[in-house]
Amino acid sequence: MSVDNYDVIIIGAGSVGTPLAMFLAEKTRKVLVIDSLPSVGQGQNKCAIGGVRATHSDGSKIKAALRSIQIFSAWRKKRGDDIGWLQGGYFFPVYSEKDEVMLKDMLKTQQGFGLDINWIGPEKARKLVPGIAAGDLRGGTYSPGDGSASPLLSANAFYRRALKLGAKFNFNESVTGFIKENGAIKGVKTTKASYCAPLTVNAAGAYAAPLSELAGVIVPVRPDSHEAGITEPVERFFEPMVVDLRPGEKSLNYYFYQNSEGQLVFCLTPSPPSWGDDRRSTSEFLTEISKRMINLMPAAANIKVRRTWRGLYPMTPDGFPIADFPKNAPGYALAVGMCGQGFMLGPGLGATLASVIAGCGSKEDMETLEGFRLGRNFSGQEKLK
Amino acid sequence: MERITRHVILSVEEKKKVKFTFAGRSLEALEGEVISSALFANSIKIFSEHKKDGSPQGMFCANGQCAQCTVIADGLPVKACVTVVRERMKLEPLKGLPKIPVSACVSEYGRVEELEVDALIIGGGPSGLTAAAELGRLDVNTLIIDDKHRLGGKLVLQTHKFFGSVEDCYAGARGIDIADKLTDQLKEYPSVKAWTGATCAAVFSDKKAGVLRDGKYYLIKPKVLISATGAREKTLAFPGNTLPGVYGAGAFQTLVNRDLVRPAKRLFIVGGGNVGLIAAYHALQAGIRVVGLIEALPECGGYKVHADKIKRLGVPIYTGHTIVKAEGKRELETVTIAEADTRFRAVPGAEKTFSADTLLIAVGLNPVNEFHLQASAFGMNAFVCGDAEEIAEASAAMFSGKITAHKALKSLGIMAGDVPQFWFERLEVLKSRPGAVRKPPPRDHDKTVYPALHCHQEIPCDPCVTVCPKKSIKLEGASIMNNPGFAGDCIGCFKCLLICPGLAVTMVDYRKDKNAPLVSVPFEIERGLIKKGDTVTLTDWEGASLGAAVVGDVKDFKAENTLIVIVKASPATADKIASVRLYEPEKTSAARPPGRPAARPLNDDSIIICRCERVTLGEIRKAIKSGVRDMNQLKAVTRAGMGACGAKTCESLILSVFKSEGVDLKEVTGFSRRPLFLEAPLGAFSNAKCETGHGEKASWSGF
Repeated sequence: MSVDNYDVIIIGAGSVGTPLAMFLAEKTRKVLVIDSLPSVGQGQNKCAIGGVRATHSDGSKIKAALRSIQIFSAWRKKRGDDIGWLQGGYFFPVYSEKDEVMLKDMLKTQQGFGLDINWIGPEKARKLVPGIAAGDLRGGTYSPGDGSASPLLSANAFYRRALKLGAKFNFNESVTGFIKENGAIKGVKTTKASYCAPLTVNAAGAYAAPLSELAGVIVPVRPDSHEAGITEPVERFFEPMVVDLRPGEKSLNYYFYQNSEGQLVFCLTPSPPSWGDDRRSTSEFLTEISKRMINLMPAAANIKVRRTWRGLYPMTPDGFPIADFPKNAPGYALAVGMCGQGFMLGPGLGATLASVIAGCGSKEDMETLEGFRLGRNFSGQEKLK
Repeated sequence: MERITRHVILSVEEKKKVKFTFAGRSLEALEGEVISSALFANSIKIFSEHKKDGSPQGMFCANGQCAQCTVIADGLPVKACVTVVRERMKLEPLKGLPKIPVSACVSEYGRVEELEVDALIIGGGPSGLTAAAELGRLDVNTLIIDDKHRLGGKLVLQTHKFFGSVEDCYAGARGIDIADKLTDQLKEYPSVKAWTGATCAAVFSDKKAGVLRDGKYYLIKPKVLISATGAREKTLAFPGNTLPGVYGAGAFQTLVNRDLVRPAKRLFIVGGGNVGLIAAYHALQAGIRVVGLIEALPECGGYKVHADKIKRLGVPIYTGHTIVKAEGKRELETVTIAEADTRFRAVPGAEKTFSADTLLIAVGLNPVNEFHLQASAFGMNAFVCGDAEEIAEASAAMFSGKITAHKALKSLGIMAGDVPQFWFERLEVLKSRPGAVRKPPPRDHDKTVYPALHCHQEIPCDPCVTVCPKKSIKLEGASIMNNPGFAGDCIGCFKCLLICPGLAVTMVDYRKDKNAPLVSVPFEIERGLIKKGDTVTLTDWEGASLGAAVVGDVKDFKAENTLIVIVKASPATADKIASVRLYEPEKTSAARPPGRPAARPLNDDSIIICRCERVTLGEIRKAIKSGVRDMNQLKAVTRAGMGACGAKTCESLILSVFKSEGVDLKEVTGFSRRPLFLEAPLGAFSNAKCETGHGEKASWSGF
């Protein structure tokens, strides 16, 4: 059994682990990333549809996401590779008084955090999303600073840079347990070897909870599954991510946008939630989202669906992530429970965690992590899950 | 207009004309014809331009699988090969990305009907139809679906007579006629419902299949699912491989034999398997000059009788040759081949260039097994038969359909016993690859009238034996693989000549003149092409010239759609005469133009590997060199496999790039398979009625 020594071991080369590895490597930390799958981003990262927004309802998440947006939006200029970033904004169309009251109420909180988000009337909405069903459209909230990027390209871009900076990635290797000493975590055992490091980060996404149990730390994370799809590419005809909050027959909200290739990417939140890690496509998804999406945007009826898939949202009880260093397990850190937002939070959270791990965390970094403590009572509720 | 107006086998029906425009030009199609065939009939081979690099795009699969033939029809992007031309349809080439009319409005949603059946068979080809009949015989509630508008699968494209055994698979009958027989047979079984124009888009984990039929979406919940989905053609990587005019043999047969369009004047074929050899024969029947056919191996892999048949007619076959490149400004103009070394690489300096407007790639088939794999992974009671299970001849496909139906019946609790062992043995015989070739044995009798058999390779075939009224043709052993031999009496009835799928039986008749026997040879090319009194070149069984002769008579056997050409011969050559030549060899082999270096195809990084996204060999090699071993990661960074066809075309090419880069394929993770297996408009999944400004969209077709 070989034993290598690293500064940080990250379990999971996905939306969170990969940028974290990159930022740690930037800070010259010796990093090992272990993933059971054959290459980067093959878990839930590639299931993400690519939306990136800062318009959440809570300070910590807003801070992490704003930092992500900085990273995504500057990437091409700074690093050269295209990750499909588009600053198209997010638009939440509103068709009922109830939703208008709810969103306008939240607008105050969001604007309080300095977010660029405003209410737009129906006319402006129709310009923003040509072809939107206008009948009883009351307008909606629009946040032009939000956007989207390709999860596939982003994960690979972060991965390439991490490699270049010296991070090591071991694929097709599963963590089977932790090396413990006097209650502290000293490293991991895998299907192939054992590795030691003063810090091990659990970034195992949908599979974070059973893994954490091996470390002796219980985390309230359990996955539910959402289905998504992508169409053929068509000429760009709208910019923002459109989020329809109205519930459907078998679903809550759904959302879609046109990616940098011109393809419509869409995702549906099933109701009741589909708990568990079943990632096999169902027949219900397309019939449900077809009806709902073309009800909102009839033009979409004529666009051909190319592929569908199903990915997992590692949910926490309150809808906020857990990023913490549990007191009862020194040498162990959590970057889990992203609630389906690992892609948009990953880079920001990775940068924040890397600074903290490297011992140079700012006040802002500490504030960001404050809302993601494992010790919180999980009684709040994210309003815009 | 490039239409086939006369065909020795196929009947040409008079059809109503439909007016349409393409890029502003007023053109005519035939009623019910798909756009791609209508455009080809009007000599238009370039349909659109690729979004990435503006490269000309034309027809490729002709099967609704890729989206290479996309055009804008009345404002919407459609696949030209599966969209029927409507009166006054306005077609435009697609340049860049399609503009979707945002003014569309949805007037109503339909309900998605769910149907429960005992058995769902996907695919109405030889294996599916046979399976359906077996299930119908026992009154099983069966639904068989096929994406085409006529049942029979690829049989409906086959004008040649089939091999195999008469008892098990209609050997000696033409493919198109077998299709009709199998289809008619279903009428006897009221429990079998057949849906044509019905495409399975996906199977889902809730054990339902999503089927689009006549613009309506259905969910079918079967107790057993039988995938009889056939095969798709492999393709090749070489410079110019995506030029319009380069496509598969299946697409060619669809144009020629289904739609009676003559898509080529000068045809070149890569691949000496049965598919390539038969495509050459079909081309000749359609009046198309076959400039040449190449095979990389030292011998053609297809039946020797197929190869000999086209060689006798005058098609040069270049074995041990590989394709170097296809060239042309906007569409194919020339094909360059070269002798291949033992690793199938072109030998520099040994090139030959041919002028050709069409190049068929017939380098083998891959099973269409995605439905079966997905259904099995979802725990459905799934079965597979025909080419979807293992690539073989249609004769074997029929028999495997029968076996699979029995397995399905057993799983439904309808049949108790196991499939008899000898059925599997018989299937193995039908699947046999061609065997040894013997030297033609000398004549061992002195009959005055007798058949001369030019069939000297072991293949599974027995119609000549079955048809002889005197039982004078016998196999030289118990297996249908054995060579046939003549012993006994002959009454000169021509039955063996007319039934032989290889056209490998001639008749020698000394009864009128002891010194100048009449030799009768079967001929299946255009009627009237060879007439009494014409001088023709006779050939031996492998196409070598036996000199000229004057045609004494031409008999037309209309029931068999076969002509028999009778010539007077000398006793020395009579037994050797196997055919008349259709055309003399061309002086084509222009040597490599001076000053140009020999092409090195395997190192040309500009070769397109993924044609949907136009990803080059260079991009893929770069990714592999950087350490990529997971094809899903390769897809993420290069977009190879991300296009409309869903990696159906490039997957095997990419695997061969891994191999040529020295990567052990055991290290390579394959593409994840996900629905849909065929693109379909979003509106189809809720049966929405939609208006686009060009009138109501009556149905969701042409996706």
